[in-house]
Amino acid sequence: MSGSAVLLQFLNGLAASSSLFLVAAGLSLIFGVSRIINFAHGSLYMLGMYFAVWLSPKLGFWLAVPVAAAAVALVGCLIEVLLLRRLYKAPELMQLLATFALVLVIRDATLWAWGPEDTLGPRAPGFAGALDLAGGRVPQYDLFLTVLGPLVLVMLHLALTRTRWGVLLRAATQDREMAAALGVNQRLLFTLVFALGALLAGLGGALAIPREPASLGVDLTVITDAFVVVVLGGLGSLPGAFLASLLIGEVKAFCVALGYSKLTLAIEFVIMAAVLAVRPWGLLGRAGAVPRGSAVGEPPLRFPPLERLACVIAGALLVVAPAVSGPYTLVLLTDIAVFALFAASLHFIMGPGGMASFGHAAYFGIGAYAAALLALHGGLMPEVAIIAGPYAAGIAAVAFGWLAVRLSGVYMAMLTLALAQIAWSVVFQWDAVTGGSNGVIGVWPSPWLASKTAYYYFVLVLCALGVAFLWHAMHSPFGRALRAARDSPLRAEAIGIDVRRQQWLAFTLAGLFGGLAGSLFAFSKGSISPETLSVPRSVDALVMVLLGGLQSVSGPLWGAAMFTWLSDAASREIEFWRAGVGGAILLLIVALPHGLTGLADRWKSWR
Amino acid sequence: MRILIMLLAFAAGNAYSQAIKIGELNSYKVFPAFLEPYKKGWELALEEINNSGGVGGRKLEIVSRDDGGTPGDAVRVAEELLSREQASVLMGTFASNVGLAVSNLAKQRKVLFLAAEPLTDKIVWEDGNHYTFRLRPSTYMQTAMLVPEAAKLKKKRWAIVYPNYEYGQSATASFKKLLKQAQPDVEFVAEQAPPLGKIDAGAVVQALSDAKPDAIFSSLFATDLQKFVREGNTRGLFRNVQVFNLLGGEPEYLDPLRDETPEGWWVTGYPWNQIETPEHKRFRDAYQKRWNDYPRAGSVVGYASVYAIAAALKKAGSADTEKLISALKGLRTPTPFGEITWRPIDHQSTMGAYVGQLARRDGKGVMVNWRYADGAKYQPSDQEIRTLRKE
Repeated sequence: MSGSAVLLQFLNGLAASSSLFLVAAGLSLIFGVSRIINFAHGSLYMLGMYFAVWLSPKLGFWLAVPVAAAAVALVGCLIEVLLLRRLYKAPELMQLLATFALVLVIRDATLWAWGPEDTLGPRAPGFAGALDLAGGRVPQYDLFLTVLGPLVLVMLHLALTRTRWGVLLRAATQDREMAAALGVNQRLLFTLVFALGALLAGLGGALAIPREPASLGVDLTVITDAFVVVVLGGLGSLPGAFLASLLIGEVKAFCVALGYSKLTLAIEFVIMAAVLAVRPWGLLGRAGAVPRGSAVGEPPLRFPPLERLACVIAGALLVVAPAVSGPYTLVLLTDIAVFALFAASLHFIMGPGGMASFGHAAYFGIGAYAAALLALHGGLMPEVAIIAGPYAAGIAAVAFGWLAVRLSGVYMAMLTLALAQIAWSVVFQWDAVTGGSNGVIGVWPSPWLASKTAYYYFVLVLCALGVAFLWHAMHSPFGRALRAARDSPLRAEAIGIDVRRQQWLAFTLAGLFGGLAGSLFAFSKGSISPETLSVPRSVDALVMVLLGGLQSVSGPLWGAAMFTWLSDAASREIEFWRAGVGGAILLLIVALPHGLTGLADRWKSWR
Repeated sequence: MRILIMLLAFAAGNAYSQAIKIGELNSYKVFPAFLEPYKKGWELALEEINNSGGVGGRKLEIVSRDDGGTPGDAVRVAEELLSREQASVLMGTFASNVGLAVSNLAKQRKVLFLAAEPLTDKIVWEDGNHYTFRLRPSTYMQTAMLVPEAAKLKKKRWAIVYPNYEYGQSATASFKKLLKQAQPDVEFVAEQAPPLGKIDAGAVVQALSDAKPDAIFSSLFATDLQKFVREGNTRGLFRNVQVFNLLGGEPEYLDPLRDETPEGWWVTGYPWNQIETPEHKRFRDAYQKRWNDYPRAGSVVGYASVYAIAAALKKAGSADTEKLISALKGLRTPTPFGEITWRPIDHQSTMGAYVGQLARRDGKGVMVNWRYADGAKYQPSDQEIRTLRKE
């Protein structure tokens, strides 16, 4: 590369990192104060884009940008006041579920309001052209963004350090309970922070329109990027987020410049995994203050009689289902059984283990691919491959778990996401073995299992065994030690429990059974493709677990059944079916903040 | 006795008038920009066919489902269409991985599947099967349509940019192979493969212009294409470089470019407002009358798919899968682009595409200097296809 090419690519990296920082800053702020993992941040960004594209012809670009940002801030306010405020007392991850439902609703609302076509925004007046520089041409707007990023950083920094509001905010970030005890109005503070975060997301979106079209897929792209930046920089640290966006922006630009554009598929996740392995709190993050009082420890794991009875009845119904239902019901029930095992395996580390995983699809997909490839190219009988495939997932879980258990909380969750994305990109690009983006087709069970009824019973038996094993492990001494490690790592260590080893083993078990779900899935569909390892698949598992209730035994099974059935029915009956699913989840959360299994408690208190 | 006769007559009449069901599935909420016009296309065809008496006296019915955009969900939806809805034929799908998954299910369940949109070559070649037919001109065919124009230019240094997944990879591989055959001294000086939907346009444009190519072959589309075009315009990448862009002239991808439309690019596409053949005019008028909107490439695909199935049903005289398959092999069916043939050798239709250059008119992108490239002419030899299909 020539010197001028290096300089030009460096400038490209700067512009890209500035736009990354604008989105990530809001997410970081919101998380820092309210501990809400705002999954809908990308959707707010998308709304900012659509507002700005829509308003630009009416108001002109430079007026449309602040108006769009303000409009998004207003949307943020409404979300906080109408929805999130009801959930601060609910288990922490329920807010994640709520914001996930918002993603679905906002996506469909945007489609409804602005239609399906991508819309390229106007060029920014005054910054439409390019400057001749070092033998190349640099868009003026890139330079504008490059300056704006640091400017926003400085302004936010001043607001946080030099104003009374900023001081209160930092106090709440450091120690929520203490700030409340000193009489800080938390409600107002939280609303304002959420609105400010939304404002920044909207601003980021509005400012992006001269560079990229407003389109419906942008929400998920942006949210993953923003998460990576926030975690890489260190949660709640704005300078950290700035540094992280700089790092990612430049590395990507130079991957492209040096001819390694294929690496950009997952390079940010490689960087994140590498940094977190060395610095468990990100680049500039600090170990978080331990929350006091009520937040410590979960209630003991209960499996009340009502819940047991419901499980027995459901189990009996599943056994007789083939006799009384049509063939399609069996197809749906097979899916439900597979996802129930998948959700149960994730629940095992999230509930009793207390370790959130955002990348559980990795094991599902690796199990599916291993089983499919063993049957197609390894010459194994399909039913043998189905049993053998999950061991590949178990091995992956040993490796991933070894890295993950060194971290905690959101950092751990994001590391699992990064590792899953790396696994995904390998499967996606390794054409010779995995079939690349098209995947593997022609994966069917042996003739004796080929009928829907036979395969249904096969799946049912294996899933029931898997779930039974996990439940047994949950109540064994190992499971008790795991729960002890979750509730009080220090005390657990003191009485001789090797906390990390327990967690590592739990990870491995979860991976193994996630893999079993995956291999059963592959043979029920006849084909698999990289989406079995993708983020949306991980999110689905997360949604099922949270929907069912995190601290219950059978919750994930109910959650899986509910979510699978709901998506299937909604996609058939409703036009804007994703909004329908999102709306239903929102209603459920508001009514049952502890998940479906919280219904039993409600029932009791009503009687 | 009289009652019995009435009952019998009623039963017979009922069976006679029972509709033939087509199970349709597509990723409507994942790719709405392409699939809303597609849906309007098949709805129009369905209405036309049923208003003129259906097929063999029976009405056609289409049961449509959203396949969620993933192979797993699509297979479940297809199972539902087959077992609960008792559909006789499957039709639809957009993304290649979903199309391949449904095609494989069709083979397993022994039912005809008309893959309307997927572009992958594999669905009719490497992974082709007895039950699957595909309408739209494939990645290979559309690439081959551009190669003659590319070879004519005698440009030596070529750069390539493509979305990093199967469609982009096979377009690139076919283009390199075919151009090398036509022009052995060609040199490929740079290759950029940004992730689908996530192109880092500034860096990619800069890297391409650093390679100093004479010409560029791109298979970008949708948001990637829009970002690439704007960034390339700003940085002057296209000033002395001839660009070829697969699919770039399809209204779905061309219209969002508006005043950014780069002049002179060679593309495959669909100049809907300039095609004045009788069959196209009839289609366009009917479409605009019905929907108060202009047709896109997807509209033509949806419309032609239903007509193909109707023609096959008519010739077969029944909805039996094997009879339908033999009927469709070699059948000539009507489309707005003229009649097409369903090739017996690989079940690919000979539907073509329009090859032309981009231009700006009143702040909008249009195609000029275009011609219809008949899909029958842009195929590898039968021998090559037999090898690929392992027959």
